[in-house]
Amino acid sequence: MINYNVDKKGFYGDFGGAFVPEMLYPNLNELTLNYIKVSKSKSFKKKFDQLLKDYVGRPTPLYFAQSLSEKFKCKVYLKREDLCHTGAHKINNTIGQILLAKELGKKRIIAETGAGQHGVATATVCALLGFKCIIYMGEVDIKRQSPNVARMKMLGAEVRPAKSGSRTLKDATNEAIRDWISNPVDTHYIIGSVVGPHPFPDMVARFQSVIGYETINQLQELENQSKPDYVIACVGGGSNAAGIFYPFLNDKNVKIICVEAAGKGVNTGKSAATSILGKEGIIHGSKTLLMQTNDGQITEPYSISAGLDYPGIGPMHANLYKSGRGEFFSVTDKKAMEWGLLLSQMEGIIPAIETAHAFAVLDQKKFKKDDIVVFNCSGRGDKDLDTFIEYFKL
Amino acid sequence: MNRINRVFEKDGAIMSIYFTAGFPKKNDTLSIIKELDSAGVGMIEIGLPFSDPLADGPTIQKSSTVALNNGMNTSLLFEQLKDLRKITDVPVVIMGYFNPILQFGIKKFCKSCKEVGVDGLIIPDLPVDIYNDKYQKTFKSYGLLNMFLITPQTSQERIVYIDKISEGFIYMVSSYNVTGAIDSFDSFQKKYFKRINSMKLKSPLLVGFGISNKDTFIDAGKYSRGAIIGSAYINWISENGICKTSDFIKSLKD
Repeated sequence: MINYNVDKKGFYGDFGGAFVPEMLYPNLNELTLNYIKVSKSKSFKKKFDQLLKDYVGRPTPLYFAQSLSEKFKCKVYLKREDLCHTGAHKINNTIGQILLAKELGKKRIIAETGAGQHGVATATVCALLGFKCIIYMGEVDIKRQSPNVARMKMLGAEVRPAKSGSRTLKDATNEAIRDWISNPVDTHYIIGSVVGPHPFPDMVARFQSVIGYETINQLQELENQSKPDYVIACVGGGSNAAGIFYPFLNDKNVKIICVEAAGKGVNTGKSAATSILGKEGIIHGSKTLLMQTNDGQITEPYSISAGLDYPGIGPMHANLYKSGRGEFFSVTDKKAMEWGLLLSQMEGIIPAIETAHAFAVLDQKKFKKDDIVVFNCSGRGDKDLDTFIEYFKL
Repeated sequence: MNRINRVFEKDGAIMSIYFTAGFPKKNDTLSIIKELDSAGVGMIEIGLPFSDPLADGPTIQKSSTVALNNGMNTSLLFEQLKDLRKITDVPVVIMGYFNPILQFGIKKFCKSCKEVGVDGLIIPDLPVDIYNDKYQKTFKSYGLLNMFLITPQTSQERIVYIDKISEGFIYMVSSYNVTGAIDSFDSFQKKYFKRINSMKLKSPLLVGFGISNKDTFIDAGKYSRGAIIGSAYINWISENGICKTSDFIKSLKD
């Protein structure tokens, strides 16, 4: 059987690994030696499960979307990660990592953020458990996402502007990595997606896998079968997708669909469709697909949704793409915005723009009447209201 | 014998100077090398600029951004280095991040290095294991030495392993930090230098990160075979221009 999960050396097929300067080796080695052992321990599990239940509000519902199901003639289910505390799936990972940091005796937390969702989820758990918290955010993003900057500050975090390069998410990630190089002993870096050097992609996927495992139990109850026919998620870095795919990676009866942001169109130069536009290379210590010049300089992606404009994708997803295990779609800003409105009006759920991308697959792919199609409804749209207001002149 | 090995056979502290190719101007590469050669440096490190230099502090980041905006790229660098060995016999090392080298093609990159007379490589984000498994053969077949970094956090066991794989020299990173200039070494750093020195490794050591003045250069020489100076030189040429290179080198030696 082909394994689509991580191997012993930290690779997914050709992708992954830890291509990092030697300065980061001890930090990563400490994590590699401990993350599975700690996260499988009874006391860790107990704390993790309890916080997910009482603090995050898990399990999140698996909701049968009646109107969508009738319109698109298949059984559409929504995994309601948008109902998590702080408004998205991001907090599953930050809870897991902060508990791990505590076990490892760390005192200080750093994180990168693009739109601010992961920054807020990190600042939240730091407030919860009393950690010093520093969030790196591109100078450009700080201007674009001021409500989330204010949230992080309210939660007691320090928001440090990343002023290098293009001053966006990739540069914030560089700054966080540089901080970790300079503070290797007392600091843990809570990376926000299934990206970066091993063991981060696997660690984040494991903490997010609660999404997929809950789905199994809930489907069993609702449909008397534990397996969906399709699981569908939007992919920027890919953490919500990894979370819902995780239990199904090696089960080919469950089809996997990744939806990327086409931005203004795949061929416009304003896109974030990494699987189509990217080439194999190294970004943030991981071998994966990334958008780059012929000369190997990393380029700036574009999407209307700040959570999808990362120039790479996680190594798990790069392998799903290259192996053909996952089917990839790309969806334009326009389609995603229309789906944001459609989902709001058909189901009474205002999704994050990132999440809205995933639903556009219903336009592009024909499903059978009995197909159980599970969408990861990864985040809510509150944070995107300004964009919706401007776009639809609301 | 490789020029790098040869330079370590001589006595005295080795001064290795780093500059970013394409900075301050796109075509300054050979002029800077000429200046460094006549100022009497022991080794030259050419930085291949990258959009996302993880191990570098603000000075080298900025110089890389300027260089890329100037239109610097890998093929242009080899074009500029065509006459390298007509102007200097000093060992030359290219320091670059792995992605641009990977995109250029590993074999093609090594071949180009050999053709122009580059002696070795420092690729900070190419880990020693992966180099050992996948690339060592290719590098060796073109006569290139590949240098690795160690830090105050690197375990004894790993240092021994790195020493085994290393060729040329080991780049001893002076602190928990990204690149950048500091005024003096503290007792923690000196203790670390002493500890490594007492390990009697087969590879000679050069100290890098934080060397900025005569004091830090002389100190580095006490515990190793010399030092690598990057940010301080970039700062100097930003302020004084490349033609004042010899003044900078003198200020470190006298």
